[in-house]
Amino acid sequence: MYRYDEFDHAFVTERVAQFRDQVARRLNGELTEEEFRPLRLMNGLYLQLHAYMLRVAIPYGVLSSRQLHKLADIATRYDRGYAHFTTRQNLQYNWPRLEDMPDILAEMASVEMHALQTSGNCIRNITADQYAGVAADEVEDPRICGEILRQWSSLHPEFSFLPRKFKIAITGSPRDRAAIKLHDIGIVMVRNEAGGAGCEFWVGGGQGRTPVIAKCINSFVPKRDMLSYAEAILRVYNMHGRRDNIYKARIKILVNEIGIKEFSRQTNEQWAHIRDGALDVPAEEIARITAYFAPPAYEQLQNEPAALLQMRAADPAFAAWLRSNVAAHKIPGYAIVNISLKPIGGIPGDATDAQMHAVADLAERYSFDELRVTHEQNLTFADVRQSDLYDLWRALGKNGLATPNIGLVSDIIACPGLDYCALANARSIPVAQRISERFADLKRQHDIGDLKIKISGCINACGHHHVGHIGILGVDKKGVEFYQITLGGSADENASIGEILGAAFSYDDVVDAVEKVIETYLNIRTRPDENFLAAVRRTGIAPFKEALYAVR
Amino acid sequence: MQYVKHGKICADEWLHVGNEGDLPGQGNLIVPLARWAAVRDELLARKNPLGIKLASSEAPERIREDLGRFDLVALEFPVFRDGRAYSHARLLREQYGFKGELRAAGNVLYDQFSFMHRCGFDAYEVQKDSDAQRFAKALSEFTVRYQPDPDGSPSIMELRLQPYRNVKTVGARP
Ligand code: HEM
Ligand code: SF4
Repeated sequence: MYRYDEFDHAFVTERVAQFRDQVARRLNGELTEEEFRPLRLMNGLYLQLHAYMLRVAIPYGVLSSRQLHKLADIATRYDRGYAHFTTRQNLQYNWPRLEDMPDILAEMASVEMHALQTSGNCIRNITADQYAGVAADEVEDPRICGEILRQWSSLHPEFSFLPRKFKIAITGSPRDRAAIKLHDIGIVMVRNEAGGAGCEFWVGGGQGRTPVIAKCINSFVPKRDMLSYAEAILRVYNMHGRRDNIYKARIKILVNEIGIKEFSRQTNEQWAHIRDGALDVPAEEIARITAYFAPPAYEQLQNEPAALLQMRAADPAFAAWLRSNVAAHKIPGYAIVNISLKPIGGIPGDATDAQMHAVADLAERYSFDELRVTHEQNLTFADVRQSDLYDLWRALGKNGLATPNIGLVSDIIACPGLDYCALANARSIPVAQRISERFADLKRQHDIGDLKIKISGCINACGHHHVGHIGILGVDKKGVEFYQITLGGSADENASIGEILGAAFSYDDVVDAVEKVIETYLNIRTRPDENFLAAVRRTGIAPFKEALYAVR
Repeated sequence: MQYVKHGKICADEWLHVGNEGDLPGQGNLIVPLARWAAVRDELLARKNPLGIKLASSEAPERIREDLGRFDLVALEFPVFRDGRAYSHARLLREQYGFKGELRAAGNVLYDQFSFMHRCGFDAYEVQKDSDAQRFAKALSEFTVRYQPDPDGSPSIMELRLQPYRNVKTVGARP
């Protein structure tokens, strides 16, 4: 993974000192809360319902064991012994004190981490495919461009006061696990005819109250030009994005208002001025960063070693976990392991300090000292020897981390909702917990198959409900929590926005409604391998509407 | 309010005038865009240096043709959250080649100084006295930066390259 050099160290250290000064000025009253707000937001510090909340950046989702140990220590020392992994591949602490913030940041800096730009109207932490570097169909590791962009976007002098937040996601493989089409800028690593790798730029995607799928703006930008091109897009947005209405301030609105052709023309006009200038990424720098993401020292191994097959046959629980949580690796004899942070009835994405230490130790032992955070609020070990899978599974199980439900009905994304969030209409977490308990039977989950349920506590859509196969949105009806269900959303390379099923359900009824949707699917699917999304796309929502509302 | 130019607090020799009222007979004036449009000839007839002020919604494109007539351009930050003038400053400096005083006006606060400086501003109307006094500190909070600056100070990327290439700037393609 990327390691800081002396320049990165100096930058982050100076950033901590700067924030220490800002906090001191807030505490002594020199800064009003209004003036302090954008400053703290640029360092990931929110004021929530009960306390401050700190968001830590995990660039493109990659963590070393040492970093995870440190994050666990911070949870013990400054929080209540746990932390929350989010859909933005970040980590959140829900109970830090303002006074402690500079020290927390200093501790993070000691392991090459920061909270820069995890909120505020600036370029946010950049997210990427959690299978970066190990997916068989990958064109190029997205972390290389991710790191180049991370550095460029850090305290950018021109783009720190944008009309609204700005999110960039990158995938290196055509199979999109990073939801790039739902970001302000999405990048797909592609090859041109000459075989060189470059960036396909998508622009204007987003969720929130106006969900929009991004449009392709440039099908091949050479890597050396990626920064000048991104800068041109941002400049057009910074100058022309709407500032009169916070709900219309995202780039997606500008792109829709002037059209992608005009947006592209203006971008090219700016690009012409800055291309081939100081933002040109030199080949040496690309090579330097690429070297950090060189493959680890893989051994020469065979796929499916005998011991693995034997344990799989002997232990059905292990076999179930292999089926849902383990994915194919590009190197023979290795596997990708997904660690579910969705135990039945648990809080999606939460991990205790003890679990974090355990995961860090296991990553050191079984996966070259490294792990990834996924936007689906789970963790990934990218490089596990297949012969180690059984031992790893047992060790994870001892820590409550071997739930075999990745991609299944209980692998739910949920935003913090009314339990923590000041903007919420309704609770999200308990709805996720109740659905998970309703479908606790793993055999039933595996029988249902691939199904992504995503829950947001309000229309801001932090829980990605628009792109859930089943989306659940908390709405407020005269002070009472209700839940609207959408079907057929998807965040992958064939992204789609879900369609509203009908009238919302009460807190008590929403789990029954979800169950009914799933039963309807089981009835209409043509074969067991026609998954939920495929079935909804084939039939539309009519049969589901009928099943849910006809009796009412 | 304090006036900071080239890092130092000094006396402001310029006078802002609005869209209404008589123009003062003497003095260096900073006029809003609408005033410039309305009484352009009268303003050009004056001997004194002339400045123009653009609201954040007024693109510098609109004065591009006339830029040579101004010794000063003031860009307004109506609230510090409105970041359009950062881009406008860079256009003025880097694309239109404006060399005169580029002044930040409006809601100009300590924590914005360094961003403004790096986008090409060289003068500031600072609201709080204490902010103006700490101006130099604001610019020294960082010794390194990831982006190339218009003043030519090298980015981290360029510093990293120095051992490889014996050149200071890497602007041109090899
Ligand atoms: C708890 C405090 C939170 C607040 C106050 C908050 C606020 C918001 C707001 C206002 C939006 C709408 C932005 C827009 O449409 O322009 C939004 C969107 C979003 N937030 Fe949050 N959020 C919170 C927590 C989270 C968490 C925990 C995550 C997960 C990491 C998250 C991830 C997202 C995502 C993915 C979106 C939608 C994508 C998009 O912006 O287009 N947020 N959030
Ligand atoms: S979706 Fe709404 S309720 Fe959920 S975290 Fe975002 S702002 Fe809060």
